[in-house]
Amino acid sequence: MLRNLPVNDVRAVGSRDRRQFQTWLRGLFLPCVLLLGWEILSRIGFFPPNLLPPPSAVLVTLWELAVSGELFKHIGITLYRVAVGFVLGAAIATVFGAITGYSSLLRDFLDPLLQSLRNIPSLAWVPLFILWLGIGEESKLALIAVGVFFPVYLNLMSGVQGVDRKLVEVGKAYRLTDFQLIRRVFLPATLPAYIVGLRSGLGLGWMFVVAAEVMGSSQGLGFLLIDGQTTGRPTVILASILLFAIFGKLTDSVLAAAGQRFLNWQDSYSSQSY
Amino acid sequence: MLRIDKVGKQFQNGFIALDEVNLEVSQGEIVSLVGTSGCGKSTLLRIIAGLDRATVGQVTLHKTRINSPHPEIDIIFQEPRLMPWLTVRENVQFGLANLSKIDKNQRTQISLQRVGLAEFAEALPRQLSGGMAQRVAIARALVTQPSILLLDEPFSALDAFIRMKLQAHLLDIWQYDRPTLLLVTHDIEEALVLSDRVIVLRGNPGRIHQEFVLDLPRPRKRTDANFQQWKEKILSTLDLSLDQKVAIKV
Repeated sequence: MLRNLPVNDVRAVGSRDRRQFQTWLRGLFLPCVLLLGWEILSRIGFFPPNLLPPPSAVLVTLWELAVSGELFKHIGITLYRVAVGFVLGAAIATVFGAITGYSSLLRDFLDPLLQSLRNIPSLAWVPLFILWLGIGEESKLALIAVGVFFPVYLNLMSGVQGVDRKLVEVGKAYRLTDFQLIRRVFLPATLPAYIVGLRSGLGLGWMFVVAAEVMGSSQGLGFLLIDGQTTGRPTVILASILLFAIFGKLTDSVLAAAGQRFLNWQDSYSSQSY
Repeated sequence: MLRIDKVGKQFQNGFIALDEVNLEVSQGEIVSLVGTSGCGKSTLLRIIAGLDRATVGQVTLHKTRINSPHPEIDIIFQEPRLMPWLTVRENVQFGLANLSKIDKNQRTQISLQRVGLAEFAEALPRQLSGGMAQRVAIARALVTQPSILLLDEPFSALDAFIRMKLQAHLLDIWQYDRPTLLLVTHDIEEALVLSDRVIVLRGNPGRIHQEFVLDLPRPRKRTDANFQQWKEKILSTLDLSLDQKVAIKV
């Protein structure tokens, strides 16, 4: 452990960059192999092109959509929906998760209800939200927020419950007020669980945005998916699936990287490699 | 002066941890509470720290009653209990309130120098060894300049060599501000090396069994004949029989 003490060692920073690049390359390896195999099998006619067109054809479709400007409109609106729904759901979940974690009384009242709501499938909410909020943006955002809410809520609650009693006691011994105790002990101690919650919440946000857009919209990646189906263009379906994968991964990476900045204090298995 | 007046503690399950404990500790004195596990010594310390409430009786410091943690009383636990997300410096500053940043940094610096860890100010707890982490905990307690420092088996989780080193170190540090030290330990040698007075507690229910004023000159040598005699004497007062019903404590 002590070998790691020079915290600002320049050499260490340089090799960390290289290692990050390496990790990145490793992550790209399998997708590239799969794409290549798919392309070859399509070219030699193993996959029928009307069911599974080659990646190159999907790329051409993406290019055409991009040139017409349609692509960015769809991506933009979907990203907007996920972002707003995510912020909304995560914010509400943060409040509920924090109070139910902190107070066993409130947990007794709230948690059973929330746990039962959690098991309702995403599609079941759609007709209700459309009935309440109309076919416009509000019902879609509400649906995404519901999806984001539960993982964030659950992780934060169990995170708060799991805070080391001994550290809380140190806070009490130094006469911290409840508010200070939350800010200086509970919040940082809960952060690892909270970030896991936010990441799985964001993942569910992407699932729910598809449900929202498939059910009724004229824009967005989910609409593109359905449009590809109704107009019989498998390349469009595949293109939108690909975009979901790419943007889902990108937004998750951003969140994970942002989280890691706050978590480098952890003495965990994965931090040993540094 | 710290006064413990007829303090008793009964847990909710009915277990009587302490029964009418009376004790007076004067300013600057070093007192050890020894006893087998379950004798209530840690419970007594926690009551003085304001972390637990006495069921009956009271603890007073300068004639004010202690019901909650007191700014002049600081406690060091068995484990370092450092906040893993804070650097060593930030951990030491954890209990400092109402001071300018310059004052805080200055006092932190002095405190870290006293425990010999000034150059580790920016390290994270995970980078420290067990002994170093416990020294940071000592620095965190000293930085508030408490008039009473409570220590709950502070070195028991460390290996024998580091323990001996830190005991000597604690006495060195004590020289600066000479706070009252009230130490809970099950290590009789530790009590003999450090204290002016040794209080032997016996469990079930926890009571003060006997009190010894140590007239041994300082610095004390573990190998001295006197030292060994004292050790025998105190050992013989401990109830070391195995049929105690103290294991029920939940």
